Amino acid sequence: MTTRKFTRRRFLKSTAAVSAATLGFPHIRTSYAAGKLEVGFWDHWVPGANDVLTAACKEWAAKEKVDIKIDYIPSQGQKNLLTIAAEAQAKAGHDMLAFPTWWPADKSKDLEPVDDVMKALVAKNGPVSPLIEYLGKVDGKWVAIPATPGSQIKGPCGRIDLLKQHAGLDVVKMYPAGAAPDKALADKWTWDAFLDAAVKCNKAGVPFGIGFGQTSDSVDTAGTIFAAYGATLVDAKGNITVKSDNVKQVMEYMKKLIAALPSDVFAWDDGSNNRWLVSGKGSLIMNPPSAWAVAKRDAPKVAEQCWTFPAPAGPKGRVQPYLPYFWGIWKFSKNKAAAKSLMMHISERAVVEKMVAASQGYDIPAFGKFNDFKTWAEEGPPKGTLYHYPPKPGQVLQISAYPAPPKIANQIYTQAIMTKMVGKYTQGGESMDKVLGWAATELEGFMRT
Amino acid sequence: MALPLILIIVLLVLYPALYSLHLATLNKGMERFVGFDNFTFLFSRETFWMVVKQSVVFAVTAVVFKALIGFCVAHFVHNVPVKGQRKWRGMLLVPWVIPPAMSTLAWLWLFDPSYSAFNWLLVKGGFEPIGWLGEVGWARFAVILVNVWVGAPFFMIMYLAALKSVPEQLYEAAAIDGANWWQKLWYITIPMMRNIIAITVLFSLIVTFANFDIVRVLTAGGPLDNTHVFATWAFKVGIEGSDLPLGASVSLFMFPILAIFAIFILRDITKRGAEN
Repeated sequence: MTTRKFTRRRFLKSTAAVSAATLGFPHIRTSYAAGKLEVGFWDHWVPGANDVLTAACKEWAAKEKVDIKIDYIPSQGQKNLLTIAAEAQAKAGHDMLAFPTWWPADKSKDLEPVDDVMKALVAKNGPVSPLIEYLGKVDGKWVAIPATPGSQIKGPCGRIDLLKQHAGLDVVKMYPAGAAPDKALADKWTWDAFLDAAVKCNKAGVPFGIGFGQTSDSVDTAGTIFAAYGATLVDAKGNITVKSDNVKQVMEYMKKLIAALPSDVFAWDDGSNNRWLVSGKGSLIMNPPSAWAVAKRDAPKVAEQCWTFPAPAGPKGRVQPYLPYFWGIWKFSKNKAAAKSLMMHISERAVVEKMVAASQGYDIPAFGKFNDFKTWAEEGPPKGTLYHYPPKPGQVLQISAYPAPPKIANQIYTQAIMTKMVGKYTQGGESMDKVLGWAATELEGFMRT
Repeated sequence: MALPLILIIVLLVLYPALYSLHLATLNKGMERFVGFDNFTFLFSRETFWMVVKQSVVFAVTAVVFKALIGFCVAHFVHNVPVKGQRKWRGMLLVPWVIPPAMSTLAWLWLFDPSYSAFNWLLVKGGFEPIGWLGEVGWARFAVILVNVWVGAPFFMIMYLAALKSVPEQLYEAAAIDGANWWQKLWYITIPMMRNIIAITVLFSLIVTFANFDIVRVLTAGGPLDNTHVFATWAFKVGIEGSDLPLGASVSLFMFPILAIFAIFILRDITKRGAEN
């Protein structure tokens, strides 16, 4: 579209100047972004969500005179992982790409550092959680910035009526729409209370639908419970810590929980819990609001009774399973400055707010100042069902396998070590020592460099 | 004249094979040469040996059943009057023609953990529902069943072609000598079909060993890795786990196993060719 060059020096200069002066959008007005930019974004589940991102990119491209090409890459069948692996191998492809949780760290040596972008974004949009830093920063350098589309929290989505009727749990009173949680009730919302409710609902014929398969939803839930009990498999220094009392304690907890769940949960995939809720058979699942959104379309009566609220607290706090996406720029990109400029634009509050609205509240931005969008307060029915979906102070955002070094944690997560441990101990009937010994051997294997 | 063939071999066979070998000799970060370390690492893993065992059980069981079913059905079709055979052949080939990833989705719904159509029937009949994909034994049964369903028509069509090539005079001569149905099958049909049986079994073993889609769609290797085969495990380790060298090593491990099968089967065919 144009031949003007947007140089790295000019990007830095304009970023620094505008940030320092106004803390406003740091460089767009003075930039000369130009040339061609190929971008690969994650293909959103929610119909229409991609359109908002496309519009924002086109708006930026028109202003900056950049010839932009956007591909939406689905995660079904791990197409996005295949793309990342292929482009990293070929050193060719998109300039900027969406990276799921573990992949910025994994591909860090092929990614352009984005400290300058991140610094400007944090200054403007507020701080990010330590989890974002753990996943996006390698050897002190940011290698990717947190992306809004696809980032999600997998807390409980429960049936208001069934939980009240069978477990005596008033989730709307505990986490009311548009207001702070009822402290007394929320303090009692622990994993023990969760187990108690699970047992009661199971007896009533409407069990909780918690998967213990090998896909992301199952692994995230198991990881949250492990973390809430302080049960780590590998510590931050890479030491194997699986044979600890905390791990034994959480395994005993899991045994009781499994007994209250449907017998086939070890075969569940990421769609199983959604179907469980939508069918009306289940009283609670651990999932972002996509299941509720499907219910709104396919089973409105079920959707009207759904309420999303934070995960229970354990001895180590209220740990929320957070699964963020990132945007990164390949080192081989020929237009890094334009990619950085685009990153800034699509991380602007107004753009992010539109993205969250288009995703029906599914997307959770990483920046602290973005947790007050109207969407979560207004979405329904029932109105306010998502009010407590975004993170609130006092919650710990975490991911399964944290705090193991990301390259080891990735293996723990992908190989679903936690759910397999639970499966071996409960369904497989293996002894605790045997299960922990098996896990230790697997973890030793993940230490390869 | 041989240049096109050389190009095909170099580009489509040698380069991918050598590149796989190259990958398998790199460390996890793909920065340095580690020789056979990835293989020795695999040999020390319990899960890897479980995958080896499962791949062999999966492939051998599925091929045996595909061959048996294909053989029987080929006879049924062969006995139908020639005029009506085409429609039967067409209908029987349907499972083989549908892309397995698509048909396996239909099977997934039949076996679905929560909404299995089979379980609905079982419960209606007063039986307990079965955890088709959640229990180890049943999950293995399910992936083999679907593989047999997809692959049996290939055997059927190959055996049907072989049956049609057996001279009718041999059966007539055997009938004059008083041979019964079993003796005709044992002394005429099977010996005349031996080469095609051997080749079909070899081809099918190779394809079944390398199967990916059925296991991936149906169980993704679960429960507890008990249905993983080489290809799904290689994908899990190499792509999902971002350890391409180890994934390549898992894939390459199929090669010696298939080579052993191929040597025995092809040696037998060559031997019979020499005898004839």
